Amino acid sequence: MGLLNNLINKSRLKSPWVVHYDCGSCNGCDIEVLACLTPVYDLERFGIVNVGNPKHADVLLVTGTVNKRNKAVLKNIYDQMPEPKAVVAIGTCGMSGGMFRECYNVVGGVDKVIPVDVYVPGCPAKPEAIIDGVVKALELVKAKLEGKAPQSDAAPAEPAEGKPEEPKPEIDAA
Amino acid sequence: MELSIFTILIALVLLLLSPLAGGFITGVDRRLTAWLQSRYGPPLVQPFYDVLKLLGKAPMIVNSWQVLCAYIYLVSAVVALFIFFMQGDLLLIFFVVTVGAVAQVVGAMTVNSPFGQTGAQRELLQMLAYEPLLVMVFVGMAKAAGSFNVSDIMNVEEPLLFSLPLLFIAMVIVMLIKLRKSPFDISSSGHAHQEIVSGVHTDYSGPQLALLEIGHWLEVVLLLGITALFWTSQTTTFIGVILIIVETYFVEILIDNISARMTWKWMLRTSLCTGMVLALVNIFWLYY
Ligand code: SF4
Repeated sequence: MGLLNNLINKSRLKSPWVVHYDCGSCNGCDIEVLACLTPVYDLERFGIVNVGNPKHADVLLVTGTVNKRNKAVLKNIYDQMPEPKAVVAIGTCGMSGGMFRECYNVVGGVDKVIPVDVYVPGCPAKPEAIIDGVVKALELVKAKLEGKAPQSDAAPAEPAEGKPEEPKPEIDAA
Repeated sequence: MELSIFTILIALVLLLLSPLAGGFITGVDRRLTAWLQSRYGPPLVQPFYDVLKLLGKAPMIVNSWQVLCAYIYLVSAVVALFIFFMQGDLLLIFFVVTVGAVAQVVGAMTVNSPFGQTGAQRELLQMLAYEPLLVMVFVGMAKAAGSFNVSDIMNVEEPLLFSLPLLFIAMVIVMLIKLRKSPFDISSSGHAHQEIVSGVHTDYSGPQLALLEIGHWLEVVLLLGITALFWTSQTTTFIGVILIIVETYFVEILIDNISARMTWKWMLRTSLCTGMVLALVNIFWLYY
C-alpha cells in the first residue's frame, strides 16, 4: 500500500490537469494562459492538459476579477473539482481586483470567494510565471497531503513576490 | 480450439501485460502527436501517471449506475481481450465489445447533464457507424479463412491482407472511430477539444474515469490485435505482424492530425457509404 501511495503521490505532481476559468478578465491573461499550450511553451511536456471540465481537473486557473455576477459560478466550478485540488489566481486582477478593484460591481480578488494557493502576478502574467505557478501549486498540494503544511488558505509557501504587498481595503459597493 | 491449461495461462499472462502495452501505446501516440505538431510532448509513461493520479482522487459519484457502467465497460474490455487471446470466436468478441460500448452510453445517459446526454447520443451514432463495418470485417475474415475462430484465421495459407485489402481500409475507418480520432472524435474529447466538454465522459471523475481509461487501453490492444489478423498466416514472421500494427497505428495518428473534426451526419455518410461499399465489393470479390 505504501508503494502504491508513493506512486500516486508522485503521479499527482506529474499529471496536473488544469481547468481555466475567465472570471471577467480583460482577456490579456487568458491569452497568456492559452499561450502556455502552444508549441513554444508546450505545457504537455509536464503532463499539463487543459481539460475544460472541472470534474477532471486538479488545478483551477482563474484570470480576472471576481464580480457579483460570476462569483457563484466560480464557487460552483471550485466545488465540482474533486480533492486534492489547487487554485492559481492569475494576474493582478485575480490577486486583488487590479485596475478594476474600484468598480461598483467588483467583489475583489479570487481569494474573496475561494481559497487560493498560488498568486501569479503580472498584468498580464507571463506564460513562464503561469507554468511556475502551476508547479508551485502542485508542490503545495503534495505538502498538504503529506501533512507538512497548513491548509491552503494560510499557505506560507506561496511565492513571496506573488502576494499583494498590502491587504486590500474592503470596498463596500452596496 | 482446444482448451488446455497452457493456453489459458498464456492468455492470462497476455491479459496482464495488455494494460501496460495499451498505456505505452497511448504514450507513444501522445508523443507522436506532439511531434507532428512540432511540440516536445509528454514523457512516454504519462498515461500511467494520469491513471494513477485519477485513482488517487477523491471519488465524486453522481449516481451508482454510473459506477456500475464504468465497471461493465472495463469488464467487457477484459473479457473481449481474454477471448481474443484464447483464440476464440470473433463474433463473440464483437458482442462483448458492444456490451461495453452500450454501458458507456447508458452511463452517460443516467446523468442529467446536457453535455453527457449529447455525448451519449453521438456515441450511439458512432456505434451505428462502426458496428456494421466491424461485422463486415469479421464476415470477410471468416469467409477467407473458413471460420470465425481466431486460431483458424491465424493459420491461413497466405496473409488475409492479399484477399481482403478493401476490408483492411474499412478496418482503418472502424479504428479511427473506436480510438476517438479526428475526424470522428465527436462524442468525447481526449485531445483538448471542448465542444461538448468531455461528452460521454463529462460526469465521470477520479477512479471511475481511470477505469474507463484502462478499458480504453485494452480496447486499443484488442483493435490492434484484430488488425494483426490481416497479416498473420503460416508463412509470415513476427516482425511483419509488428510492422503492420505500427504502420496502421501511425496512419491513424496521421489522419488524426491532418483532419478537422466533422459532424455526425458527415461521419455516418462517410463511414457507412465508403466503408460499406469497400466491404461489400471485397466480400463479393471473395465469392466470385
Ligand atoms: S491582470 Fe491585466 S491583463 Fe490580466 S486580466 Fe487583469 S487587466 Fe487584463
